[in-house]
Amino acid sequence: MNKTFLIFKHEFLHTIKRTGFIILTIALPVLALLGIGVFHIVSGVIKPPTEVTEIGYVDEAGGFEEFTHQGNMTLIRFDTREAATRALIKKDINEYFVIPPDYVSVGIINRYTMRKEVMPPSATATAIKNFLSSNLLAGEVPATTVVRIEAPLSLVTTTLTATGNIAPEQGGLGNLVVPGVFGILLALSLIFSSTYVLQGLGEEKENRLMEILLSSVSTRQLITGKVLGIGFAGLVQVIVWVVSIPFLLNLASSSIGGFISTIQIPANFLVLGVTYFILGYLLFAVLSAGIAATSATVREGQGLASIFTLFAIAPFWFFSLLMTFPNSPIWVVFSIFPFSAPVLVMLRFGMTGVPAWQLAASIAVLILSIVGGLLLAAKLLRTYILMYGKRPKLVEIIQNLRRG
Amino acid sequence: MPVVEVNHVVKSYVDKLAVDDLSFSVVQGEIFGLIGPNGAGKTTTIRMMMDIIKPDSGDVTILGEKLSEASKNKLGYLPEERGLYRKMSVIDSIIYLASLKGMGRYSAERRADELLNQTNMLPHKGKKIEELSKGMGQIIQFIITIIHDPTLVILDEPFAGLDPVNTELLKAMFVDLRNQGKAVILSTHQMNQVEELCDRILMINDGRAVLYGNLTEIKSKFRSHSVILGFEGELGQVPGVIEKRPNKGYVELILDRNTTHKQLLERLVSTGIAINRFEVATPSLNEIFLEVVGKNHE
Repeated sequence: MNKTFLIFKHEFLHTIKRTGFIILTIALPVLALLGIGVFHIVSGVIKPPTEVTEIGYVDEAGGFEEFTHQGNMTLIRFDTREAATRALIKKDINEYFVIPPDYVSVGIINRYTMRKEVMPPSATATAIKNFLSSNLLAGEVPATTVVRIEAPLSLVTTTLTATGNIAPEQGGLGNLVVPGVFGILLALSLIFSSTYVLQGLGEEKENRLMEILLSSVSTRQLITGKVLGIGFAGLVQVIVWVVSIPFLLNLASSSIGGFISTIQIPANFLVLGVTYFILGYLLFAVLSAGIAATSATVREGQGLASIFTLFAIAPFWFFSLLMTFPNSPIWVVFSIFPFSAPVLVMLRFGMTGVPAWQLAASIAVLILSIVGGLLLAAKLLRTYILMYGKRPKLVEIIQNLRRG
Repeated sequence: MPVVEVNHVVKSYVDKLAVDDLSFSVVQGEIFGLIGPNGAGKTTTIRMMMDIIKPDSGDVTILGEKLSEASKNKLGYLPEERGLYRKMSVIDSIIYLASLKGMGRYSAERRADELLNQTNMLPHKGKKIEELSKGMGQIIQFIITIIHDPTLVILDEPFAGLDPVNTELLKAMFVDLRNQGKAVILSTHQMNQVEELCDRILMINDGRAVLYGNLTEIKSKFRSHSVILGFEGELGQVPGVIEKRPNKGYVELILDRNTTHKQLLERLVSTGIAINRFEVATPSLNEIFLEVVGKNHE
């Protein structure tokens, strides 16, 4: 049997048996199924509140007497603040507010409650607002106008194509969810997989197994088998995710509905997801191999490798900026920069369309970086894989690389 | 045909000439000692033989050809720096590494059982490597080295860290390998082991060959001009003896250049003492090693 394939098989089986790998692979489907299950349990046990909330008010301005039923809230008028306070202490009412005499000119409403809050509940604030506006506008404008003033718009946006037709993808948060979640998982998978390469080579170097292996196989066979074996395990992980996403989405959409039913999987998402995983993994893996060759211990190598893997997770640090300006030139540059490209492109893909030229440039730069990284890693491996002890200085590495 | 042929090999690193114009050959059915002080270039030489590193110049042939994937399968290597996959079981480690030498799973498992049994390691077959003692780990590595029935076996410091029982066990297995017609290269600092096991040796120092050939012939070349004498009675002045070095139970007599061992024996007999031991002193390999390496460092 081909020795590269033997190493490939060994690394693949070794990786998929790792506890960390199994947990990460099944985490997405299991958590999503758990989420759906918990939703059903909670929705079965907890019913929406039907109890009427009673809110007191003191009308010092005058004229606020009607529209005292706002949804499940009832507004009860008190003549004085003292009377309202007594009712609050006796828990006859949940809270009260005062409409001061100068309310119409200054717009200030004083609210009193016995609960400590970060901010007033939005349902209460809306009920008070609608009570005030309804009373202010009563008799001035038709009732339908009052309703429209209280809820002036429900914005429905439609994205058109260059030909003026309705675009197949309408964007929005529903479109961002799948690439966003996938981006997080992709970053984790890239980091884990390349760490496995680093750990594998590092351990073989650290525990001196490398010499035994190299007495049976060439450096090329060892690296190829290892990188592809671990990479294939990572690919299986990504495929489990991309296959389970549509299934879970259908399940969640039909059983939960609401926002979940608006979630879409962008076209070409699966193809791009797999492509960027393969390219991203190969880049991080060859760099990890080079780092493992020059590091004295696995721990030292991991420290050095984390500098590169930071780029994979960096897009999440600027997520809000990315959402606000997804087509900013800086994101275009980082979509082409090979270390940040895989995750950043997937995120931008969910937020806005990534032009074809940017995808092409990003993939081309990734491929070139992989080839360059492979040549560099192979040289480093040949030179340093059997050197134990102190890590060589950067100057020495450069000198040795020049000498070939 | 020699199993190994090293011709004028040179290897240098950034700051050091590790191997300098080294040539030697190893034939079938012999245990060949590769000896020298630390940093002499032994491991570099072995790594070049294994094609792990390339020589700057010169060439190495194994079984008459440059090392290829096929010839790598005929070679067993026990490196000085040893290790295995700590989380893997003994049998899985053996089968995986044997498969990289071209063995099938079934034959590897069957042969592993035989060797584990021979080395009393069969009860540990299912244990993880990390559960074994250092000595046990070394025995497993030796099994991995020879499981695929290699024609050439290279052993770099095989006795380091082994207890006397396991040392004797390995020595017997090395002799078995020689008797089966294998070529065994033994690199070690333990001169007594070399003296006991090796047929021929190569001593290297500072990357160069300083002694090479049949061990008995080398030792006879270094035979000192002295005699070990065990006797009863009073030993007075003996003509031709320039120094007496008394030891427990015997005395070493240093002869002048003009006196032969035969002449000395005749003179001793004529003194009337009872001689119970008369032996031409032969230096140990360790003494030869110290003398040769010492000279080179002067």
